[in-house]
Amino acid sequence: MRRWILLCLSFFVVPAHAVLNIEITGAGEHQTPVSLVRFAGDAAIAQGLLDIVGSDLIRTGLFKLVDPAGKTPHEPRDIRPSEWAGVEAVLIGTVESQAEGKVVVKFRLFDLVRNAELLSQVVTAKEDQVRAIGHRIADLVYERLTGSPGVFSTRIAYVSRDEGVFRLVVADSDGDNEQALLTSKEPIMSPSWSPDGRQIAYVSFEKRRAMVYVQSLSSRKRTLIADFPGSNSAPAWSPDGTQIAMVLTRDGESQIYLANSNGGHLRRITYSDAIDTEPSFSPDGKSLLFTSDRGGSPQIYRVSIEDNDVRRLTFESGNAFSPRFHPDGNSFVFAHFNDGVFHIAVHDLESRQTQILTAGGWEKKPSFSPNGKMILFATEVQGRGILATVSSDGRVKQKMVAQRGDIREPMWGPFLK
Amino acid sequence: MKKLILSVLLLNLLAACSSNPPKEEVVEPATTSAATATEAPAADAQAATASDAQAAAASDAQAAADAQAALMSKNSVYFPFDVDAVQDADRETIMNHAEYLASHPNVKVRVEGNADERGSSEYNLGLGQRRAKNTKRALVLGGAADSQIETVSYGEEKPRCSEHNEACWAQNRRADISYSAQ
Repeated sequence: MRRWILLCLSFFVVPAHAVLNIEITGAGEHQTPVSLVRFAGDAAIAQGLLDIVGSDLIRTGLFKLVDPAGKTPHEPRDIRPSEWAGVEAVLIGTVESQAEGKVVVKFRLFDLVRNAELLSQVVTAKEDQVRAIGHRIADLVYERLTGSPGVFSTRIAYVSRDEGVFRLVVADSDGDNEQALLTSKEPIMSPSWSPDGRQIAYVSFEKRRAMVYVQSLSSRKRTLIADFPGSNSAPAWSPDGTQIAMVLTRDGESQIYLANSNGGHLRRITYSDAIDTEPSFSPDGKSLLFTSDRGGSPQIYRVSIEDNDVRRLTFESGNAFSPRFHPDGNSFVFAHFNDGVFHIAVHDLESRQTQILTAGGWEKKPSFSPNGKMILFATEVQGRGILATVSSDGRVKQKMVAQRGDIREPMWGPFLK
Repeated sequence: MKKLILSVLLLNLLAACSSNPPKEEVVEPATTSAATATEAPAADAQAATASDAQAAAASDAQAAADAQAALMSKNSVYFPFDVDAVQDADRETIMNHAEYLASHPNVKVRVEGNADERGSSEYNLGLGQRRAKNTKRALVLGGAADSQIETVSYGEEKPRCSEHNEACWAQNRRADISYSAQ
Protein backbone atom coordinates (compact mmCIF):
# COMPACT_ATOMS: atom_id res chain seq x y z
CA MET A 1 0.00 0.00 0.00
CA ARG A 2 1.52 3.25 -1.06
CA ARG A 3 0.59 6.51 0.44
CA TRP A 4 1.20 9.82 -1.25
CA ILE A 5 1.80 12.86 0.77
CA LEU A 6 2.17 16.40 -0.36
CA LEU A 7 5.15 17.73 1.46
CA CYS A 8 4.79 21.46 1.18
CA LEU A 9 6.91 23.46 3.54
CA SER A 10 7.04 27.22 3.53
CA PHE A 11 8.71 28.89 0.61
CA PHE A 12 11.17 31.25 2.07
CA VAL A 13 14.74 30.56 1.23
CA VAL A 14 17.00 31.63 4.01
CA PRO A 15 20.48 32.98 3.41
CA ALA A 16 22.97 30.24 4.09
CA HIS A 17 24.38 31.55 7.33
CA ALA A 18 24.89 27.99 8.28
CA VAL A 19 26.76 26.06 10.85
CA LEU A 20 30.10 25.23 9.34
CA ASN A 21 31.52 22.51 11.32
CA ILE A 22 30.10 19.80 13.54
CA GLU A 23 32.60 18.00 15.71
CA ILE A 24 31.41 14.72 17.24
CA THR A 25 33.14 12.82 20.01
CA GLY A 26 32.21 9.56 21.70
CA ALA A 27 29.85 6.78 20.67
CA GLY A 28 26.79 4.99 22.01
CA GLU A 29 27.20 1.80 24.00
CA HIS A 30 25.83 -0.13 21.05
CA GLN A 31 26.07 1.20 17.50
CA THR A 32 23.64 -0.27 15.00
CA PRO A 33 25.37 -0.94 11.66
CA VAL A 34 23.23 0.62 8.92
CA SER A 35 23.81 0.97 5.21
CA LEU A 36 22.36 3.90 3.28
CA VAL A 37 22.14 3.26 -0.46
CA ARG A 38 21.99 6.37 -2.60
CA PHE A 39 18.46 6.49 -4.00
CA ALA A 40 17.88 5.94 -7.72
CA GLY A 41 16.91 8.94 -9.85
CA ASP A 42 18.09 12.56 -9.77
CA ALA A 43 21.68 12.20 -8.59
CA ALA A 44 21.97 15.63 -6.95
CA ILE A 45 18.79 15.25 -4.91
CA ALA A 46 19.62 11.64 -4.04
CA GLN A 47 23.07 12.67 -2.83
CA GLY A 48 21.59 15.56 -0.83
CA LEU A 49 19.18 13.18 0.91
CA LEU A 50 21.94 10.66 1.57
CA ASP A 51 24.14 13.35 3.15
CA ILE A 52 21.39 14.65 5.43
CA VAL A 53 20.13 11.25 6.58
CA GLY A 54 23.71 10.09 7.10
CA SER A 55 24.83 13.08 9.13
CA ASP A 56 21.63 13.03 11.22
CA LEU A 57 22.15 9.38 12.14
CA ILE A 58 25.89 9.75 12.75
CA ARG A 59 25.40 12.70 15.10
CA THR A 60 23.42 10.53 17.52
CA GLY A 61 26.40 8.23 18.04
CA LEU A 62 23.97 5.30 17.90
CA PHE A 63 24.68 4.18 14.36
CA LYS A 64 27.62 2.99 12.33
CA LEU A 65 27.26 3.73 8.63
CA VAL A 66 28.45 0.79 6.54
CA ASP A 67 29.50 1.55 2.96
CA PRO A 68 27.20 -0.35 0.54
CA ALA A 69 30.43 -1.17 -1.37
CA GLY A 70 28.98 -0.75 -4.81
CA LYS A 71 25.71 -2.55 -4.19
CA THR A 72 22.77 -0.45 -5.43
CA PRO A 73 19.45 -2.09 -4.64
CA HIS A 74 16.46 0.21 -5.07
CA GLU A 75 13.66 -2.29 -4.46
CA PRO A 76 13.40 -4.97 -1.75
CA ARG A 77 13.60 -7.72 -4.36
CA ASP A 78 17.12 -6.48 -5.24
CA ILE A 79 18.38 -7.05 -1.69
CA ARG A 80 20.24 -10.28 -1.08
CA PRO A 81 20.84 -10.50 2.69
CA SER A 82 23.84 -12.78 2.18
CA GLU A 83 25.66 -9.84 0.60
CA TRP A 84 25.15 -7.62 3.67
CA ALA A 85 27.03 -9.46 6.39
CA GLY A 86 27.37 -7.32 9.53
CA VAL A 87 24.69 -4.84 8.45
CA GLU A 88 21.43 -4.80 10.41
CA ALA A 89 19.36 -2.50 8.22
CA VAL A 90 19.57 -0.94 4.79
CA LEU A 91 17.79 2.18 3.51
CA ILE A 92 16.84 2.16 -0.16
CA GLY A 93 14.65 4.35 -2.33
CA THR A 94 14.01 6.30 -5.49
CA VAL A 95 13.75 9.96 -6.41
CA GLU A 96 11.50 10.96 -9.27
CA SER A 97 11.40 14.52 -10.57
CA GLN A 98 8.02 15.80 -11.73
CA ALA A 99 6.67 18.95 -13.35
CA GLU A 100 6.81 22.31 -11.51
CA GLY A 101 9.87 21.45 -9.47
CA LYS A 102 8.19 18.66 -7.56
CA VAL A 103 9.97 15.55 -6.52
CA VAL A 104 8.57 12.19 -5.40
CA VAL A 105 10.73 10.30 -2.92
CA LYS A 106 9.91 6.66 -2.14
CA PHE A 107 11.95 5.01 0.57
CA ARG A 108 12.10 1.74 2.45
CA LEU A 109 14.02 0.54 5.44
CA PHE A 110 14.82 -3.17 5.29
CA ASP A 111 15.76 -5.30 8.31
CA LEU A 112 18.49 -7.66 7.09
CA VAL A 113 18.54 -9.75 10.25
CA ARG A 114 14.85 -10.63 10.21
CA ASN A 115 14.50 -10.22 6.44
CA ALA A 116 11.57 -7.84 6.82
CA GLU A 117 10.54 -4.41 5.70
CA LEU A 118 10.51 -1.92 8.60
CA LEU A 119 9.32 1.15 6.77
CA SER A 120 7.89 2.11 3.41
CA GLN A 121 6.85 5.62 2.53
CA VAL A 122 6.31 8.02 -0.31
CA VAL A 123 6.81 11.75 0.03
CA THR A 124 6.07 14.41 -2.56
CA ALA A 125 7.83 17.72 -2.08
CA LYS A 126 9.36 20.67 -3.79
CA GLU A 127 12.93 20.22 -4.87
CA ASP A 128 14.17 22.90 -2.46
CA GLN A 129 12.78 20.95 0.49
CA VAL A 130 15.37 18.21 0.31
CA ARG A 131 16.67 19.03 3.78
CA ALA A 132 13.22 18.69 5.33
CA ILE A 133 12.61 15.36 3.56
CA GLY A 134 16.03 14.10 4.65
CA HIS A 135 15.32 14.98 8.30
CA ARG A 136 11.93 13.22 8.10
CA ILE A 137 13.49 10.09 6.64
CA ALA A 138 16.13 10.15 9.38
CA ASP A 139 13.41 10.61 12.04
CA LEU A 140 11.57 7.52 10.81
CA VAL A 141 14.71 5.41 10.45
CA TYR A 142 15.76 6.42 13.98
CA GLU A 143 12.35 5.54 15.37
CA ARG A 144 12.22 2.12 13.68
CA LEU A 145 15.69 1.21 14.86
CA THR A 146 15.71 2.64 18.40
CA GLY A 147 12.05 2.71 19.40
CA SER A 148 12.13 6.45 20.18
CA PRO A 149 10.93 9.14 17.82
CA GLY A 150 13.67 11.05 16.02
CA VAL A 151 14.19 14.77 16.61
CA PHE A 152 15.94 15.71 13.38
CA SER A 153 12.88 17.65 12.15
CA THR A 154 12.52 19.61 15.37
CA ARG A 155 13.82 23.13 15.75
CA ILE A 156 15.90 25.05 18.22
CA ALA A 157 15.93 28.70 19.27
CA TYR A 158 18.85 30.74 20.54
CA VAL A 159 20.19 34.28 20.77
CA SER A 160 23.17 35.43 18.71
CA ARG A 161 25.19 38.48 19.62
CA ASP A 162 27.40 39.94 16.93
CA GLU A 163 29.01 43.39 17.03
CA GLY A 164 26.38 44.83 19.34
CA VAL A 165 23.43 43.38 17.42
CA PHE A 166 21.25 40.77 19.09
CA ARG A 167 19.19 38.33 17.06
CA LEU A 168 16.61 35.83 18.20
CA VAL A 169 17.17 32.88 15.88
CA VAL A 170 15.18 29.75 15.09
CA ALA A 171 17.07 26.97 13.30
CA ASP A 172 16.86 23.27 12.46
CA SER A 173 18.08 20.97 15.22
CA ASP A 174 21.41 20.55 13.39
CA GLY A 175 21.90 24.34 13.52
CA ASP A 176 21.25 24.82 9.82
CA ASN A 177 18.45 26.82 8.17
CA GLU A 178 18.66 29.82 10.52
CA GLN A 179 15.89 32.40 10.55
CA ALA A 180 15.97 35.56 12.64
CA LEU A 181 12.70 36.31 14.43
CA LEU A 182 13.89 39.55 15.99
CA THR A 183 16.89 41.83 15.57
CA SER A 184 17.68 44.43 18.22
CA LYS A 185 20.50 46.61 19.48
CA GLU A 186 19.41 45.79 23.03
CA PRO A 187 19.82 42.36 24.66
CA ILE A 188 17.46 39.43 24.07
CA MET A 189 17.25 36.55 26.56
CA SER A 190 15.53 33.31 27.49
CA PRO A 191 13.63 32.07 24.43
CA SER A 192 10.93 29.57 25.43
CA TRP A 193 8.87 27.44 23.02
CA SER A 194 5.12 27.08 23.22
CA PRO A 195 4.26 23.36 23.44
CA ASP A 196 2.85 23.37 19.88
CA GLY A 197 6.05 24.94 18.52
CA ARG A 198 4.17 27.84 16.94
CA GLN A 199 5.16 30.64 19.32
CA ILE A 200 8.20 31.72 21.27
CA ALA A 201 8.17 33.73 24.47
CA TYR A 202 11.34 35.68 25.27
CA VAL A 203 12.82 38.62 27.11
CA SER A 204 13.74 41.75 25.18
CA PHE A 205 15.38 44.92 26.51
CA GLU A 206 14.26 47.00 23.51
CA LYS A 207 12.34 49.34 25.85
CA ARG A 208 15.48 49.61 27.98
CA ARG A 209 14.52 47.07 30.60
CA ALA A 210 13.59 43.40 30.58
CA MET A 211 10.04 42.74 29.32
CA VAL A 212 8.40 39.51 28.20
CA TYR A 213 7.07 39.13 24.65
CA VAL A 214 5.30 36.31 22.84
CA GLN A 215 5.84 36.03 19.09
CA SER A 216 4.23 33.85 16.44
CA LEU A 217 6.70 32.03 14.18
CA SER A 218 4.42 32.09 11.14
CA SER A 219 3.00 35.63 11.24
CA ARG A 220 5.87 37.19 13.27
CA LYS A 221 3.20 39.07 15.22
CA ARG A 222 4.40 40.05 18.70
CA THR A 223 2.56 40.62 21.95
CA LEU A 224 4.06 42.31 25.00
CA ILE A 225 2.77 40.23 27.91
CA ALA A 226 4.68 41.64 30.92
CA ASP A 227 6.03 45.17 31.40
CA PHE A 228 5.75 45.71 35.15
CA PRO A 229 8.26 48.05 36.84
CA GLY A 230 11.69 46.47 37.28
CA SER A 231 12.47 43.22 35.43
CA ASN A 232 10.07 40.88 33.65
CA SER A 233 11.79 37.66 32.58
CA ALA A 234 12.26 33.87 32.43
CA PRO A 235 9.05 32.90 30.59
CA ALA A 236 8.11 29.19 30.58
CA TRP A 237 4.97 27.69 28.99
CA SER A 238 2.72 25.25 30.74
CA PRO A 239 2.48 21.86 28.94
CA ASP A 240 -1.08 22.65 27.78
CA GLY A 241 0.01 26.00 26.36
CA THR A 242 -2.58 28.02 28.30
CA GLN A 243 -0.28 29.55 30.90
CA ILE A 244 3.14 31.13 31.16
CA ALA A 245 5.25 31.14 34.30
CA MET A 246 7.60 34.11 34.56
CA VAL A 247 9.71 36.09 36.96
CA LEU A 248 8.75 39.63 38.01
CA THR A 249 10.40 42.05 40.42
CA ARG A 250 7.30 44.22 40.67
CA ASP A 251 6.84 43.31 44.35
CA GLY A 252 10.55 43.66 45.21
CA GLU A 253 12.60 40.48 44.78
CA SER A 254 12.63 38.26 41.68
CA GLN A 255 9.64 35.99 42.28
CA ILE A 256 7.74 33.47 40.15
CA TYR A 257 4.27 34.27 38.87
CA LEU A 258 1.81 32.47 36.65
CA ALA A 259 -0.25 34.23 33.98
CA ASN A 260 -2.45 33.32 31.06
CA SER A 261 -0.48 33.11 27.83
CA ASN A 262 -1.59 36.68 26.99
CA GLY A 263 -0.22 37.94 30.32
CA GLY A 264 -3.58 38.27 32.04
CA HIS A 265 -4.84 36.72 35.29
CA LEU A 266 -1.54 37.04 37.12
CA ARG A 267 -0.94 35.13 40.35
CA ARG A 268 2.12 34.76 42.49
CA ILE A 269 3.63 31.28 43.02
CA THR A 270 6.73 31.79 45.19
CA TYR A 271 7.06 33.91 48.32
CA SER A 272 10.63 34.45 49.47
CA ASP A 273 13.03 37.28 50.10
CA ALA A 274 15.48 35.59 47.70
CA ILE A 275 15.97 35.39 43.94
CA ASP A 276 13.51 32.77 42.63
CA THR A 277 13.93 32.37 38.89
CA GLU A 278 14.12 30.09 35.81
CA PRO A 279 10.81 28.27 36.27
CA SER A 280 10.35 25.06 34.24
CA PHE A 281 7.05 23.17 34.20
CA SER A 282 6.86 19.48 35.05
CA PRO A 283 5.38 17.47 32.15
CA ASP A 284 2.16 16.99 34.17
CA GLY A 285 1.90 20.77 34.64
CA LYS A 286 1.51 20.45 38.41
CA SER A 287 4.83 21.81 39.60
CA LEU A 288 7.73 24.02 38.61
CA LEU A 289 11.46 23.55 38.98
CA PHE A 290 13.27 26.80 39.69
CA THR A 291 16.58 28.31 40.75
CA SER A 292 16.71 30.05 44.13
CA ASP A 293 19.35 31.38 46.49
CA ARG A 294 16.97 31.22 49.46
CA GLY A 295 19.31 28.67 51.09
CA GLY A 296 22.36 30.91 50.73
CA SER A 297 23.63 29.84 47.31
CA PRO A 298 21.74 29.24 44.07
CA GLN A 299 20.28 25.70 44.03
CA ILE A 300 17.36 23.92 42.38
CA TYR A 301 13.96 23.78 44.08
CA ARG A 302 10.51 22.52 43.16
CA VAL A 303 7.24 24.28 43.92
CA SER A 304 3.76 22.79 43.72
CA ILE A 305 1.45 25.08 41.76
CA GLU A 306 -1.60 23.96 43.69
CA ASP A 307 -0.39 24.69 47.24
CA ASN A 308 2.90 26.62 46.70
CA ASP A 309 4.77 24.00 48.76
CA VAL A 310 8.53 24.28 48.10
CA ARG A 311 11.17 21.50 48.28
CA ARG A 312 14.89 21.81 47.77
CA LEU A 313 16.23 19.26 45.24
CA THR A 314 19.97 19.89 44.86
CA PHE A 315 22.53 20.04 47.63
CA GLU A 316 25.60 20.33 45.43
CA SER A 317 28.77 22.04 46.42
CA GLY A 318 28.96 25.13 44.26
CA ASN A 319 25.85 26.48 42.56
CA ALA A 320 23.06 25.00 40.45
CA PHE A 321 21.22 26.93 37.74
CA SER A 322 18.78 26.60 34.83
CA PRO A 323 16.81 23.41 35.58
CA ARG A 324 14.79 21.79 32.78
CA PHE A 325 12.70 18.64 33.13
CA HIS A 326 13.32 15.50 31.12
CA PRO A 327 10.18 14.88 29.01
CA ASP A 328 9.36 11.85 31.22
CA GLY A 329 9.41 14.02 34.36
CA ASN A 330 11.72 11.64 36.25
CA SER A 331 14.87 13.72 36.05
CA PHE A 332 16.06 17.19 35.18
CA VAL A 333 19.12 18.74 33.61
CA PHE A 334 20.87 21.80 35.04
CA ALA A 335 24.07 23.84 34.84
CA HIS A 336 26.37 23.14 37.77
CA PHE A 337 28.96 25.80 38.66
CA ASN A 338 31.80 24.64 40.88
CA ASP A 339 35.45 25.65 41.23
CA GLY A 340 35.06 28.28 38.52
CA VAL A 341 33.71 25.82 35.92
CA PHE A 342 30.23 25.06 34.59
CA HIS A 343 29.21 21.45 33.88
CA ILE A 344 25.99 20.08 32.44
CA ALA A 345 24.50 17.64 34.93
CA VAL A 346 21.40 15.47 35.28
CA HIS A 347 19.63 14.90 38.59
CA ASP A 348 17.45 11.81 39.02
CA LEU A 349 14.42 12.66 41.16
CA GLU A 350 13.92 9.13 42.51
CA SER A 351 17.50 8.16 43.38
CA ARG A 352 18.47 11.80 44.12
CA GLN A 353 21.73 11.18 42.34
CA THR A 354 23.42 13.81 40.20
CA GLN A 355 25.45 12.74 37.17
CA ILE A 356 27.86 15.16 35.52
CA LEU A 357 27.71 14.69 31.75
CA THR A 358 30.34 17.03 30.35
CA ALA A 359 34.01 17.78 30.79
CA GLY A 360 33.28 21.30 32.00
CA GLY A 361 33.83 24.78 30.66
CA TRP A 362 31.62 27.75 30.06
CA GLU A 363 28.59 25.43 29.71
CA LYS A 364 25.17 26.96 30.33
CA LYS A 365 21.43 26.77 29.66
CA PRO A 366 20.81 23.06 28.97
CA SER A 367 17.54 21.73 27.55
CA PHE A 368 16.43 18.21 26.55
CA SER A 369 15.47 17.22 23.03
CA PRO A 370 11.75 16.36 22.98
CA ASN A 371 12.54 12.61 22.92
CA GLY A 372 14.77 13.05 25.99
CA LYS A 373 17.80 11.50 24.29
CA MET A 374 19.95 14.60 23.83
CA ILE A 375 20.72 17.81 25.69
CA LEU A 376 21.40 21.10 23.93
CA PHE A 377 23.48 23.71 25.73
CA ALA A 378 25.66 26.77 25.19
CA THR A 379 29.41 26.52 25.50
CA GLU A 380 32.45 28.40 24.30
CA VAL A 381 35.29 27.81 21.88
CA GLN A 382 38.09 30.37 21.69
CA GLY A 383 36.04 32.96 23.54
CA ARG A 384 33.01 32.59 21.29
CA GLY A 385 29.65 31.19 22.34
CA ILE A 386 28.59 28.10 20.36
CA LEU A 387 25.93 25.39 20.52
CA ALA A 388 26.77 21.93 21.78
CA THR A 389 24.91 18.74 22.54
CA VAL A 390 25.51 15.74 24.76
CA SER A 391 23.55 12.50 24.79
CA SER A 392 21.55 11.96 27.99
CA ASP A 393 23.94 9.19 29.01
CA GLY A 394 26.91 11.52 28.49
CA ARG A 395 28.51 9.24 25.90
CA VAL A 396 28.17 11.27 22.70
CA LYS A 397 29.08 14.93 22.44
CA GLN A 398 29.04 17.37 19.58
CA LYS A 399 29.98 20.99 19.11
CA MET A 400 28.42 23.10 16.40
CA VAL A 401 30.72 25.92 15.40
CA ALA A 402 28.99 28.83 13.70
CA GLN A 403 30.65 31.07 11.15
CA ARG A 404 30.38 34.19 13.26
CA GLY A 405 28.80 35.80 16.27
CA ASP A 406 28.39 34.71 19.83
CA ILE A 407 25.62 32.16 20.44
CA ARG A 408 23.79 32.00 23.78
CA GLU A 409 20.59 30.92 25.48
CA PRO A 410 19.66 27.89 23.34
CA MET A 411 16.37 26.07 23.85
CA TRP A 412 15.31 22.88 22.10
CA GLY A 413 11.81 23.11 20.62
CA PRO A 414 9.00 20.55 20.89
CA PHE A 415 7.87 17.87 18.45
CA LEU A 416 5.88 19.60 15.74
CA LYS A 417 2.27 18.58 15.98
CA MET B 1 1.35 3.13 13.51
CA LYS B 2 2.22 4.06 9.99
CA LYS B 3 -1.04 5.95 9.66
CA LEU B 4 -0.26 7.96 12.75
CA ILE B 5 3.15 8.96 11.55
CA LEU B 6 1.76 9.93 8.19
CA SER B 7 -0.97 12.08 9.61
CA VAL B 8 1.48 13.81 11.90
CA LEU B 9 3.69 14.47 8.92
CA LEU B 10 0.81 15.80 6.87
CA LEU B 11 -0.52 18.16 9.52
CA ASN B 12 2.85 19.51 10.21
CA LEU B 13 3.52 20.22 6.60
CA LEU B 14 0.14 21.74 5.94
CA ALA B 15 0.65 24.06 8.87
CA ALA B 16 3.92 25.17 7.41
CA CYS B 17 2.25 25.95 4.08
CA SER B 18 -0.24 28.36 5.46
CA SER B 19 1.73 31.55 5.44
CA ASN B 20 3.94 33.61 3.25
CA PRO B 21 7.37 34.51 4.53
CA PRO B 22 6.85 37.39 6.88
CA LYS B 23 9.46 40.00 7.45
CA GLU B 24 11.69 39.69 10.41
CA GLU B 25 11.10 42.14 13.23
CA VAL B 26 13.70 44.79 13.68
CA VAL B 27 13.76 46.77 16.84
CA GLU B 28 15.83 49.89 17.07
CA PRO B 29 14.96 51.71 20.23
CA ALA B 30 16.40 55.17 20.71
CA THR B 31 19.53 54.83 22.77
CA THR B 32 21.67 57.40 24.41
CA SER B 33 25.29 56.59 24.70
CA ALA B 34 26.83 56.00 28.08
CA ALA B 35 29.24 58.86 27.46
CA THR B 36 26.50 61.47 27.52
CA ALA B 37 25.08 59.91 30.66
CA THR B 38 27.62 61.47 32.95
CA GLU B 39 27.66 64.83 31.25
CA ALA B 40 24.11 65.82 32.04
CA PRO B 41 24.39 66.11 35.82
CA ALA B 42 27.88 67.57 35.59
CA ALA B 43 26.80 70.40 33.32
CA ASP B 44 23.72 70.94 35.44
CA ALA B 45 25.80 71.02 38.58
CA GLN B 46 28.16 73.49 37.02
CA ALA B 47 25.33 75.88 36.12
CA ALA B 48 23.72 75.62 39.54
CA THR B 49 26.96 76.19 41.36
CA ALA B 50 27.83 79.15 39.19
CA SER B 51 24.51 80.87 39.85
CA ASP B 52 24.74 80.24 43.59
CA ALA B 53 28.20 81.71 43.81
CA GLN B 54 27.66 85.23 42.50
CA ALA B 55 29.54 86.84 45.35
CA ALA B 56 32.56 84.63 44.97
CA ALA B 57 35.33 85.19 42.55
CA ALA B 58 34.61 83.65 39.16
CA SER B 59 37.70 81.49 39.33
CA ASP B 60 36.67 80.03 42.73
CA ALA B 61 33.24 79.19 41.32
CA GLN B 62 34.80 77.49 38.37
CA ALA B 63 37.08 75.49 40.62
CA ALA B 64 34.18 74.39 42.80
CA ALA B 65 32.14 73.42 39.77
CA ASP B 66 35.02 71.43 38.36
CA ALA B 67 35.42 69.64 41.65
CA GLN B 68 31.76 68.73 41.78
CA ALA B 69 31.76 67.65 38.14
CA ALA B 70 34.71 65.40 38.89
CA LEU B 71 32.91 63.84 41.85
CA MET B 72 29.71 63.38 39.90
CA SER B 73 31.54 61.77 36.99
CA LYS B 74 32.04 58.73 39.22
CA ASN B 75 28.70 57.10 38.68
CA SER B 76 29.33 53.41 39.20
CA VAL B 77 29.41 51.41 42.42
CA TYR B 78 30.97 47.95 42.59
CA PHE B 79 30.16 44.66 44.34
CA PRO B 80 31.96 41.48 45.38
CA PHE B 81 30.94 38.15 43.75
CA ASP B 82 27.29 37.24 44.37
CA VAL B 83 26.96 40.15 46.82
CA ASP B 84 24.34 42.85 46.45
CA ALA B 85 25.10 45.12 49.43
CA VAL B 86 26.58 48.55 48.63
CA GLN B 87 30.19 48.61 49.80
CA ASP B 88 31.84 51.17 52.10
CA ALA B 89 34.33 51.99 49.35
CA ASP B 90 31.50 53.54 47.33
CA ARG B 91 30.08 55.62 50.18
CA GLU B 92 31.45 58.88 48.76
CA THR B 93 30.07 58.18 45.29
CA ILE B 94 26.65 57.41 46.75
CA MET B 95 26.66 60.55 48.93
CA ASN B 96 27.66 62.82 46.05
CA HIS B 97 24.76 61.61 43.94
CA ALA B 98 22.34 61.55 46.87
CA GLU B 99 23.14 65.17 47.72
CA TYR B 100 22.89 66.21 44.11
CA LEU B 101 19.50 64.54 43.76
CA ALA B 102 18.31 66.04 47.06
CA SER B 103 19.21 69.53 45.85
CA HIS B 104 17.73 68.92 42.38
CA PRO B 105 14.35 67.36 43.10
CA ASN B 106 13.28 67.57 39.46
CA VAL B 107 16.16 65.42 38.26
CA LYS B 108 15.46 61.73 37.78
CA VAL B 109 17.94 58.88 37.43
CA ARG B 110 17.99 55.25 36.49
CA VAL B 111 20.07 52.87 38.54
CA GLU B 112 21.17 50.00 36.29
CA GLY B 113 22.35 46.84 38.05
CA ASN B 114 24.83 44.47 36.40
CA ALA B 115 26.47 41.15 37.21
CA ASP B 116 29.44 39.12 36.07
CA GLU B 117 28.90 36.01 33.98
CA ARG B 118 29.34 33.42 36.74
CA GLY B 119 25.71 32.41 37.02
CA SER B 120 22.79 31.89 34.67
CA SER B 121 21.63 34.91 32.72
CA GLU B 122 18.30 34.88 34.57
CA TYR B 123 19.87 34.56 38.03
CA ASN B 124 22.19 37.41 37.12
CA LEU B 125 19.24 39.51 36.01
CA GLY B 126 17.82 39.03 39.52
CA LEU B 127 21.18 39.80 41.10
CA GLY B 128 21.54 43.00 39.05
CA GLN B 129 18.05 44.03 40.07
CA ARG B 130 18.98 43.57 43.73
CA ARG B 131 22.15 45.60 43.30
CA ALA B 132 20.13 48.37 41.67
CA LYS B 133 17.57 48.24 44.47
CA ASN B 134 20.21 48.43 47.20
CA THR B 135 21.97 51.28 45.42
CA LYS B 136 18.67 53.12 45.23
CA ARG B 137 18.09 52.48 48.94
CA ALA B 138 21.49 53.99 49.75
CA LEU B 139 20.72 57.04 47.62
CA VAL B 140 17.38 57.51 49.36
CA LEU B 141 19.04 57.17 52.76
CA GLY B 142 21.44 59.88 51.59
CA GLY B 143 18.61 62.28 50.88
CA ALA B 144 17.32 61.49 47.38
CA ALA B 145 13.57 61.00 46.94
CA ASP B 146 12.23 57.54 46.16
CA SER B 147 10.34 58.94 43.15
CA GLN B 148 13.53 60.28 41.55
CA ILE B 149 15.04 56.83 41.05
CA GLU B 150 14.05 54.00 38.73
CA THR B 151 15.81 50.65 39.11
CA VAL B 152 16.49 48.25 36.24
CA SER B 153 18.81 45.31 35.68
CA TYR B 154 20.88 44.25 32.71
CA GLY B 155 22.16 41.12 34.46
CA GLU B 156 25.20 39.83 32.58
CA GLU B 157 23.93 41.18 29.25
CA LYS B 158 25.96 44.39 29.10
CA PRO B 159 29.44 43.54 30.32
CA ARG B 160 32.01 46.33 30.31
CA CYS B 161 34.69 43.73 29.87
CA SER B 162 34.28 40.31 28.30
CA GLU B 163 37.23 38.20 29.41
CA HIS B 164 36.92 35.34 31.88
CA ASN B 165 39.04 36.75 34.71
CA GLU B 166 38.55 38.51 38.02
CA ALA B 167 39.85 41.87 36.78
CA CYS B 168 37.16 41.80 34.15
CA TRP B 169 34.40 40.39 36.34
CA ALA B 170 35.06 43.07 38.97
CA GLN B 171 34.20 45.76 36.39
CA ASN B 172 30.98 43.97 35.48
CA ARG B 173 29.69 43.60 39.05
CA ARG B 174 28.38 47.13 39.32
CA ALA B 175 25.43 49.46 39.43
CA ASP B 176 25.46 52.55 37.21
CA ILE B 177 23.70 55.77 38.23
CA SER B 178 22.53 57.07 34.88
CA TYR B 179 21.12 60.56 34.34
CA SER B 180 20.64 60.33 30.58
CA ALA B 181 17.99 57.72 30.76
CA GLN B 182 14.94 59.74 31.69
